[in-house]
Amino acid sequence: MRQTGSVLSVNGVTKRFGGLVAVDNLSFDVAEHEVMGIIGPNGSGKTTMMNMISGSFKPTAGAISMKGARISDLPAQEIARRGVGRTFQLVRLLPSLSVLENVVAGAVFGHRKRWGRDAEDQAHRMLERVGLEAMAYAPISALTYIDQKRLELARVLAGEPEILLLDEWLAGLNPTEMETGIELIHDLRREGRTIILVEHVMDAIRSLCDRCVVMSSGAKIAEGTPEDVLSDREVIRAYLGDDDA
Amino acid sequence: MNSTSWKEPSIAAIVAILAASVPLVFDAYWLSVSVTAMMYIALSTSWALFSGPTHYISLATGAFFGIGGYLVGTGMSDYNLSFWLMAAIAPIVATILAALIGLATLRLSGVYFVIFTLGLAEMIRNLVSWIQNNFLGSRGLYVLTDFTESHIYWMLLIIACCVYLLGWLVNRSRLGFALRIIGNDESVAKHVGINTAMSKVILFMTTGFFAALVGAVIAPRYTYIEPNQVFSPELSFLVVIMALLGGAGRLWGPLVGVIPFTLIWEFVSIQAPNSTTLFLGLVFLLIVYVLPHGFVGRIDQINKKLKERSH
Ligand SMILES: Nc1ncnc2c1ncn2[C@@H]1O[C@H](COP(=O)(O)OP(=O)(O)OP(=O)(O)O)[C@@H](O)[C@H]1O
Ligand SMILES: [Mg+2]
Repeated sequence: MRQTGSVLSVNGVTKRFGGLVAVDNLSFDVAEHEVMGIIGPNGSGKTTMMNMISGSFKPTAGAISMKGARISDLPAQEIARRGVGRTFQLVRLLPSLSVLENVVAGAVFGHRKRWGRDAEDQAHRMLERVGLEAMAYAPISALTYIDQKRLELARVLAGEPEILLLDEWLAGLNPTEMETGIELIHDLRREGRTIILVEHVMDAIRSLCDRCVVMSSGAKIAEGTPEDVLSDREVIRAYLGDDDA
Repeated sequence: MNSTSWKEPSIAAIVAILAASVPLVFDAYWLSVSVTAMMYIALSTSWALFSGPTHYISLATGAFFGIGGYLVGTGMSDYNLSFWLMAAIAPIVATILAALIGLATLRLSGVYFVIFTLGLAEMIRNLVSWIQNNFLGSRGLYVLTDFTESHIYWMLLIIACCVYLLGWLVNRSRLGFALRIIGNDESVAKHVGINTAMSKVILFMTTGFFAALVGAVIAPRYTYIEPNQVFSPELSFLVVIMALLGGAGRLWGPLVGVIPFTLIWEFVSIQAPNSTTLFLGLVFLLIVYVLPHGFVGRIDQINKKLKERSH
């Protein structure tokens, strides 16, 4: 059953890699303007779930739909054109392009197709948005790690996605950078964007997410507000091991 | 558009006019060298339109080129059709074939793509030879026209100009930008909404089109055509090596590789005909160890250094 107002629904999705079940019969819905967190221990299938939403992988079973239309059998570029934008757990940039061109890349082919001046203006706005405007004409090799992450985010935002997928966007940042990063995602949240984010940083989860899905060994073990799920016995057991529960 | 984007086409126009006057100034020997050079300029540049940005090395040029020469030969010899008709049909056939090959292979990653295109070219060559020997009588084909070397040269020049014009337009288009993104990271390309398979197939089709057109236009030069000769795999390698020597990252890169290469190749073929393969190997080593981005890459590097120093 599809809830009214849900932009994305994941229905009984399973992904197998040979004998390994990376995602096991997972279902959840994401409402418009909602920030949904996916958390769970390492290897629990979070990235695999994101990959299936963005179209990198096809689910072995189950379906994913966006605004009622099935997207799980579409190729990644088609899903992107329908308004799903993503960052990658390991940052992926276009090294032979300039910083500005990296962002233009997001504006040209995506959800709203821009070209020429229009695309460049959009790219400049997005660089400003993530605080990277000063580096617009620099080569990629001149960027620090957080700037690389900012650039990737700017590229995704340039395509004006309706659903934003952030896979551990805060991972690898030092404490000051982390604060900047969290603030940036807070801004996106205030703009009323629909976001699905995978994070290990609990403070970020508490302050950013409306709801969370907790995964363990591919299956959903809890769903609810961050306070509720983070105090759930099974969740604590999944994170800390059986002995502590 | 700004003034710098018009500078390149203006220079290109002047170069084209100079190139057009070659048959008026050169003697027969140098004209013949120029025909060969012009043929490789058209082939290497159109090859680089696809392989430059995507880094997919195609060794199928010889197959498309062969289709051009063979169709002109068989059309004129066996069916009494006109040169012009066959020269128009051949590139269409090659384009369709390139589309099929592209759809089947462009999902393959780098090395597999290289080997597949090479194998495919060999298969086409053997298939055509076999058909020729078993069904059409084992004889060569005659391409008899009134064309002089100058005519052939000018036709090749026009084709080369079309390749440059197309390349210039593609570089300024969404398609060209898409190919650069694909060459950087195919996964990112898909996730920003690029139909990667379609973009690659379209460009691959244009290389097939031009290789066949060149093969058709140059056929009258040989007068007598054998399938084994026009489907030469050597041609595929020469096209790749000249393009890489000049630099496949720029539109005018292959040109910078073709001219010195054909001159030296000509010299070596006359002085030491048995050493051409050795020469090919040496150039290949030069590219791999000294000029990974060709002459153009080197020039860009030097320019950059000069700029940094002046700051
Ligand atoms: N392409 C693949 N082929 C085979 N197995 C894979 C593939 N991608 C992921 N896996 C496996 O699926 C399981 C889930 O991996 P996934 O990357 O989704 O976990 P994760 O929750 O994102 O972990 P982390 O927190 O470390 O990023 C792991 O056991 C992983 O080894
Ligand atoms: Mg992960």
